[in-house]
Amino acid sequence: MLISDTMRPRGPIVIDIESITKHYVMGEETVHALRGVTLQIHRNEYLAIMGPSGSGKSTLMNMLGCLDTPSSGRYEFNGRDVSAMDDDELAAIRNREIGFVFQTFNLLPRSTSLRNVELPLIYAGIDPETREERAAQTLRDVGLGDRLHHKPNELSGGQRQRVAIARALVNDPSIILADEPTGNLDSKTGEEIMGLLENLYQRGNTIILVTHEADIARHARRTVHLRDGLIESDATAEATEIQTLAFS
Amino acid sequence: MKRFLYELTESWKIAATQMRSNKTRSMLTALGVIIGIVAVTLMGTAINGISTGFDKSMAVLGDDVLYVGVQPWLERDDWWNYRSRKKIKTEFAEPLNRMISATEDSNLLLAVPVSSWFRTVRYNENLVNNVYILGTTFDFLAISTVDCVKGRFFNEIESRGGANVVVIGYDVADALFPSENPIDKSVLINGQPFKVIGVNTRQGTFLGLFSWDSMVAVPLPAFKKYFSAKSESEIRVKVKDKKKMAEAKDELTGYMRRIRALPPEKENDFALNEQQAFKSTLDPVKNSIAIAGLFITGLSLFVGAIGIMNITFVSVKERTKEIGTRKALGARRRTILLQFLIESTALCLVGGFIGLIFAFLLCSAIGAALPSFPISISLGLVITSMIVSVLTGLVSGFAPAWTASRLDPVTALRYE
Repeated sequence: MLISDTMRPRGPIVIDIESITKHYVMGEETVHALRGVTLQIHRNEYLAIMGPSGSGKSTLMNMLGCLDTPSSGRYEFNGRDVSAMDDDELAAIRNREIGFVFQTFNLLPRSTSLRNVELPLIYAGIDPETREERAAQTLRDVGLGDRLHHKPNELSGGQRQRVAIARALVNDPSIILADEPTGNLDSKTGEEIMGLLENLYQRGNTIILVTHEADIARHARRTVHLRDGLIESDATAEATEIQTLAFS
Repeated sequence: MKRFLYELTESWKIAATQMRSNKTRSMLTALGVIIGIVAVTLMGTAINGISTGFDKSMAVLGDDVLYVGVQPWLERDDWWNYRSRKKIKTEFAEPLNRMISATEDSNLLLAVPVSSWFRTVRYNENLVNNVYILGTTFDFLAISTVDCVKGRFFNEIESRGGANVVVIGYDVADALFPSENPIDKSVLINGQPFKVIGVNTRQGTFLGLFSWDSMVAVPLPAFKKYFSAKSESEIRVKVKDKKKMAEAKDELTGYMRRIRALPPEKENDFALNEQQAFKSTLDPVKNSIAIAGLFITGLSLFVGAIGIMNITFVSVKERTKEIGTRKALGARRRTILLQFLIESTALCLVGGFIGLIFAFLLCSAIGAALPSFPISISLGLVITSMIVSVLTGLVSGFAPAWTASRLDPVTALRYE
């Protein structure tokens, strides 16, 4: 299977980052969270971003998710320069191109699964009938066809994360950005969620996984290690595998 | 445009959910608006009522009637000048009417003499002191709106002949004949027997201004016969077109100077009064009462608005993470702004609506307890208070909603 992965033709570039930096001013001090990161991500890649806390992992994720803009450097998303976009343009990109999966699920507590999944479609201006239809279909796709009208507090952790994944998928985004998706789940449920992500990858989705757990990162085909705001290593699955073999 | 519509419906749904899930908090906050709206609405109805009552009283004077008297109604500063003036005689009506009919295109229509004095009216043991007794002619009907709830006004024959007949005001009738039909009963005015032939329709009193309710009218010859000694007289002249009041006044002044035989160098020794003079003096008073009242009650609404603003700020703070999530999912600044504006507006609308119901109940209660106080809720007032509620919501929700819309998604998502 790994062989077949490498045999797969590489898709077009979705994310093209060139020497981006990000610094924050905290009181007297300037914190350099990213010191010049260059990265290209192709369609239908399964990429993990790893690194200890303080490595710039979260900052890079915010950047990739268009939640934040770099201090310097260039960022092109599907060929569009997003480094200079304003808040509302970024919101539109997030809405259409990026599906977020959060560690804490971030579901609206008083809304049903269906309403939670509908949310990105509302912001996309899609009419109510289509909205409901698509949201219900996506929920069925992640195996929650019988939980459409349940509220988050009536669902288990794994089910909640599935709702969140359905919400990330519903607008058919270019990438799915999962930030520690199993961080709040027990290992068995975590494996189920990873299985679901694998499934989505096999169906052609592009997945970016941000994690500090090597076990979780192993599911990805390519792993980028960050340290002190720089890319320490960038390896595809075979290389990782070989490295692991060599060291074991 | 479509997206805006969907975002709008979504915002209303969120607002409803928020209110349902924070019932106590929402009610307490809305209470401020409820009190504010009740206060403003009641003040509004009171001002309306005062205005209506005032206009009603004014209507008795008639807006197309000039009153020829010795002194002006309002400028009493140098009353000693007026005291020396010769009296206005009821007989002036005849030459006036002659001159009016002799003039082509006269702006005047008809002159009617009116004498008046205060006298006691009694029927058996019941008596009313200081009743305004009006002595006038049959023509009075032509210059004034007099409706009789029972009986009629005196006719031409009674008027000329000076029959001992009287038309009494509603309150006078009520005091003298609590349980009897007054028609054809004989009352004593200043000791003289008069037969009651009519009772005026109730008009309502307001601040003790002119009202038919406490007057009685008798034919002028009878009035002269019994009470003329100290009475005061005036001539009421109806004008043809109330838009040409100034021309009518000039014409009437000319006639009166001729009757008084005033040489050109002499000043007028009479005064022409009209309702407008009263109105223009009292309107500013009325308006300042309205402004002061609305300002004070407006303060209570303002306090309510501060409550709304406060709770919206709390709501924004509590839901920072939700705002972050929504922004991550593609909510734009406008979307978030709209969402919180609608939340505060919805609170105010609910408050305004409940406030209106309370105000309506209170008005009905006041109306039942004090029937003479003119109070009424109008559709205009309902619409105004709903608009005021919406505006309150928008204004008080703006600052928190603006803060929410400007939140940085990264910071908001990290907020716990």
